[in-house]
Amino acid sequence: MSVLIFIDQSEGYIKKASVEALCYGSTLAKQLGMHAEGIVLGSLQDDLPALGQYGVEKIHHVSDPALDHPDAQVFTNVIAQAVQATGAKIIVFSNNADGKTIAPPLSAHLKAALVTGAVALPELANGFVVKKSVFSGKAFANIALNTEIKIITLNANSFPATVLGDATAEIIPFKATIDATKVKIISTNKVKGEVVLSEAEVVVSGGRGLKGPENWGMIEELAKLLGAATACSRPVADAHWRPHHEHVGQTGLAIAPNLYIAIGISGAIQHLAGVNRSKTIVVINKDPEAPFFKAADYGIVGDAFEVLPKIIEEVKKLKA
Amino acid sequence: MKILVCISKSPDTTSKIAFTDNNTQFATAGVQWIINPYDEWYALVRAIELKEKDSAVVLHLVTVAGADTEPVIRKALALGGDEAIRVNADSQDSFYIASQIAEIARQGGYDLVFTGKETIDYNGSSVGGMVAELLSFPYVALATHFELNGTTATITREIEGGEEVCEVSTPVVVSCQKGMAEARIPNMRGIMAARTKPLKVMEPVAADSLTSIVNFELPPAKAGVKLIPADNPGELVRLLHEEAKVI
Ligand SMILES: Cc1cc2nc3c(=O)[nH]c(=O)nc-3n(C[C@H](O)[C@H](O)[C@H](O)COP(=O)(O)OP(=O)(O)OC[C@H]3O[C@@H](n4cnc5c(N)ncnc54)[C@H](O)[C@@H]3O)c2cc1C
Ligand SMILES: Nc1ncnc2c1ncn2[C@@H]1O[C@H](COP(=O)(O)O)[C@@H](O)[C@H]1O
Repeated sequence: MSVLIFIDQSEGYIKKASVEALCYGSTLAKQLGMHAEGIVLGSLQDDLPALGQYGVEKIHHVSDPALDHPDAQVFTNVIAQAVQATGAKIIVFSNNADGKTIAPPLSAHLKAALVTGAVALPELANGFVVKKSVFSGKAFANIALNTEIKIITLNANSFPATVLGDATAEIIPFKATIDATKVKIISTNKVKGEVVLSEAEVVVSGGRGLKGPENWGMIEELAKLLGAATACSRPVADAHWRPHHEHVGQTGLAIAPNLYIAIGISGAIQHLAGVNRSKTIVVINKDPEAPFFKAADYGIVGDAFEVLPKIIEEVKKLKA
Repeated sequence: MKILVCISKSPDTTSKIAFTDNNTQFATAGVQWIINPYDEWYALVRAIELKEKDSAVVLHLVTVAGADTEPVIRKALALGGDEAIRVNADSQDSFYIASQIAEIARQGGYDLVFTGKETIDYNGSSVGGMVAELLSFPYVALATHFELNGTTATITREIEGGEEVCEVSTPVVVSCQKGMAEARIPNMRGIMAARTKPLKVMEPVAADSLTSIVNFELPPAKAGVKLIPADNPGELVRLLHEEAKVI
C-alpha cells in the first residue's frame, strides 16, 4: 500500500509546491506504515533521484512528451493506471492550477473522496479527517474522507519543504496507455524572469493609495531587492494599472507567502480573503483607521511616497 | 447550442463567519445570500453574452439546493437565461452535487457546461472537474477567456506560472474565473422577466457522498499589530529580519 504523490513540473523542472507535497505525502506514509511513491508525467530536465531526500522511495515516470501539457482527461486516465499498479490508497496533489485541473476528475473516476486545500496532516484518531481552508481563508473545516482511496490537494506554504533524509529515489519508467487529447494547445505563455506570485515567499503589493501606474517603480524595486513577486488590489487591476494576474483577493488569486507587504491598500474583507493566510503581514497606510492594520503583524502609519523610499534604502543596507 | 451554467449561492462577501451547534453549522442568521461571484460575474455573464451574439443559443441554469435558494436563482435569471432547474437536495459533498449536475446535463444534452472556478464558502474547485469526468467531456479549468466559433471553443486558461490558449470541440466543461466577462447589474426589465421564467424543480437521483463535514474552526486571533514610527523604517526592516525572520 502506498501514498502516491503527484509531482508537478513546468518546462521540465520540479515546482516548489511539489516538494511540499512530497514532504507531506512521505510524512503521512510513515505515519500509516505505507510506502511513499511519486508520479511525474512528461519530459523532464530535473534530477529526479535527488527527490529521495524528501522521503519518496520510488518515482514512476511516464516520459511521453504528449504529457507535457496537463490535460484533465488524459492525466486522469494515466494516474488512475498508476493508482491501480501501485495499489495507492492516498493520492496527494498540490492545490495549484494543475492540482485543481486533475484531482477533481480523478476523484470522480476512482470514486475516491477528495479534499482540496488541505492545511495539515490528517487526523487519524477518528476515521481520516483533513483540515481544509474554507470561506476564503476566514475559517477551516475538518472533512472526513469516507472512501477506501482518498485524494488530498495541499495548500501552498502549509507544510514545510525540508530535507527528510539522504536516500535517492528509484526511478521507474511507467508504461501507461495514453489517450489522444481532445484539447489542442495553441500557445503557451509563461511569465519569464519574474517570481511567480502563487509560489512567492515574499509578496509586495500595492493598492489605490499609490495613485497611478507610474508610481509602481518603488514597488518593483522593493520586490526585486527582496526576491519577491508583485501583487495588487482589485481596483488597481480593474483600472489596468497592473496586469490582471497580479490581482489578489476573494475574486483573484489567494496566496500564502511568508511575508506580504501591503502598501496603500485599505484591507477590505474581500482583499483580506486572498492574503490572510500569509505568515507575516506588513501594512503601510496613511490612514491609522485602515482596516488592514487589524490583520497586520507590523504596520507603519505614513505616506507611502515618503516611507517606501526609506525602506528601500534600509533593505539595501541590510543586503549589502 | 445549449449551455448549462451551474449556479451556487454563497454568503455575501462581507458576512461575519461564525458557527453554531458545536461548530458543526455555519451561522446563517442575518446572512445575506448572493450568487457565488465566480458563477455570476464570469460563468453566467459570459454565457449571456454568447446568447446575445447568437439568438439560437439556449441558456439554462442549474442549482443543487433547497427551496431557500430560489431568490438567488431568480436573481440569476434576472441577469439572463431562459430557464432554471433546481435539484431539490441539500448535500454539501462535491461528488454528490456533481452527480446531480451530470444527470441534468445528460438529460438536457448540453454542449457547454460552465461552472465558477470555486465557491467562495467551500472553496472546493471540484464540482466542474467531477461533472466533466462523469460525462466523459473534456475539462478546461480556470478559464480567463472564451470564444465560440460553431462547435469550436477557443479558451485561455491559467496554468502554473502563466496561461495557455487551447482549442476544443464541444461538448466541454469549463470552469470560469476573472477575465471571462465584466460584472453586470440586473435591470428592471430583467427582474420583471425573471418572475415568469420557468424554475423547474427536480428530485435528485441516487448518488453517493464521499466526504462529510465534521466541524469548523476559526483561525487563531492575531496578536495585534506592532506599529513602527514612520520616521524609523530601519526598525521595520530590523524586525522583519531578526524577529519575524522573513527577509
Ligand atoms: C464581491 C466582491 C469581491 C471583491 N473582490 C476583491 C478582490 O478579490 N481583491 C480586492 O483587492 N478587492 C476586491 N473587492 C473590492 C474591495 O471591496 C475593495 O474595494 C478593494 O480591495 C479596495 O482596494 P484598495 O485598498 O486598493 O483601494 P481603497 O479602498 O481606495 O484604499 C486605498 C488605501 O490607500 C491609502 N492611501 C491613500 N494614499 C496613500 C498614501 N499616499 N500612502 C499610504 N496609503 C495611502 C488609503 O488610506 C486607503 O486605505 C471586491 C468587492 C466585492 C463587492
Ligand atoms: N450546489 C451547487 N449547485 C450548482 N452548482 C454548483 C453547486 N456547488 C458548486 N457548483 C458549481 O461548481 C463550482 C465550483 O464549486 P466548488 O467545487 O464547490 O468550489 C461553483 O462555482 C458552481 O458553478
